[in-house]
Amino acid sequence: MEAIAFYVLAVLAVASAIVVIVHRNPVMSALALAVNLVTIAGFYLVLRAQFVALLQVIVYAGAILVLIVFVIMLLNLREELKARSPGTFQKWLGPILALVFAVVLGRAMLAHAAPSFPAPVPGFGTAAALGIDLFSRFYYPFEVVSLLLVVAMVGAVLLAKRRL
Amino acid sequence: MTVSDLVFDVIVSLVKIGAVIAVLFTVVSIMTWVERRLSGLIQFRWGPNRVGPLGLFQPIADGVKFLMKEEIVPAEAHKPAYVLAPAMALVPALCAFAVIPFGPTVEAFGRKVPFAIVDIDGGILFAFAASSLGVFAIITAGWASRNKYALMGGLRSSAQMISYELALALSVIGVLLVSGTLRPMAIVERQAGWFWNWNAFAGGWQILGFLVFMIAGFAETNRAPFDLPEAESELVAGYHTEYSSMKFAMFFMSEYINMTTSAAMAVTLFLGGWQLGFPVPFSGWPLWALQVAAFWAKVGALLLFFVWVRWTLPRFRYDHLMNLGWKGLFPLSLANVMLTAVLAALGWVRR
Repeated sequence: MEAIAFYVLAVLAVASAIVVIVHRNPVMSALALAVNLVTIAGFYLVLRAQFVALLQVIVYAGAILVLIVFVIMLLNLREELKARSPGTFQKWLGPILALVFAVVLGRAMLAHAAPSFPAPVPGFGTAAALGIDLFSRFYYPFEVVSLLLVVAMVGAVLLAKRRL
Repeated sequence: MTVSDLVFDVIVSLVKIGAVIAVLFTVVSIMTWVERRLSGLIQFRWGPNRVGPLGLFQPIADGVKFLMKEEIVPAEAHKPAYVLAPAMALVPALCAFAVIPFGPTVEAFGRKVPFAIVDIDGGILFAFAASSLGVFAIITAGWASRNKYALMGGLRSSAQMISYELALALSVIGVLLVSGTLRPMAIVERQAGWFWNWNAFAGGWQILGFLVFMIAGFAETNRAPFDLPEAESELVAGYHTEYSSMKFAMFFMSEYINMTTSAAMAVTLFLGGWQLGFPVPFSGWPLWALQVAAFWAKVGALLLFFVWVRWTLPRFRYDHLMNLGWKGLFPLSLANVMLTAVLAALGWVRR
């Protein structure tokens, strides 16, 4: 059951990711990215992390991607539709970086072939379980991350303020 | 889980899904009639009263008309996205209702069956996730039509939905604070007893949250006075200008389903869900039948309120809308979160 769900999601995720990169139309790319983000939420569900799965949809697909689509539509679409040939620098650097990434990923996968996880305890992945973990075991990392977000927000306001 | 459990679950789920979809579409067709009759009443005219008694068969006539209308796809439109957009509107609208409990958990055939399609731990989040995907339909429709008015409508609606989703989500946090759970069924069960135990009243002191939720709900469902994405006088019909026949009907239906879901969420979170609001001397199936009826009666009352507001208030101007969202509702809902947190910390909220 889980294996079937995983493979269906995997095919969908890879296919939509390819569409994101290959499609010439930025809005279609963004919509494919929406499909991709929702399938990743599906992966979280297969891993029994239902709270993270729901947040994935709300935050990434529901909020961030809507902003991306908003910006794409505000920009002039006709310019983007013209096929652009990448510069020579990009043309050579792209495949090399892709190869390096594939090697790193492949090594990581081989090093941890078929890991065995303990069966999830009842209540695993719910908001309550996650909240207790965040505010006890991972208290300091959690606070540091929220500080980082505040800093990013202050930075964004500062940058935008200059032009107001 | 044994095989018989699995078979039982699948059958019960299918029955519930079928029943909910049937009820939702019935509510939609009744609401189109109510909307037009009530607007007639408010504007001192008749409204549709020709087809059947009181014009009640008007939705059937409208449905036939939608099916018979010619379907026009603009030559310049981006075809796949254009065809997909109405489905993208309808599917999330239907999905969001899956977690809403419209009755208690009852014993049937020796098993516990909740009166909700699914009774999951993160139910409230699921409803938000589903409704947050609905905005893609509007953006896609506006963009794929290759029409300036439609694109403007789509842009406006995405900005509006992002702005008001914040206030909407924050207004719910107060309820979550006093309930201590994200499970809709548990939230409703906590509001048992007399009606002053409901979250909007003494059950959680969430009257401010309820107000913000309702106002943001009007904006989220693109209803007047926040129906800027389809402001006729400026944008013809906004994002669905270029849609005709059944494709338009799907947008139309999803608007009414979203409205119903929004009302059902408000009832579940703030107005006691399927709780009657007063004790009754009997139990068993008469009680839960009455409770299901109570839920739909409350939803119906809120839907009437939606219609009433639409035909009473004039439309907001765009900058007023943004000001209200960011400078009015957003700080108000934040204040509500703070207030509720203080109340909960002082132990003044009933647990």
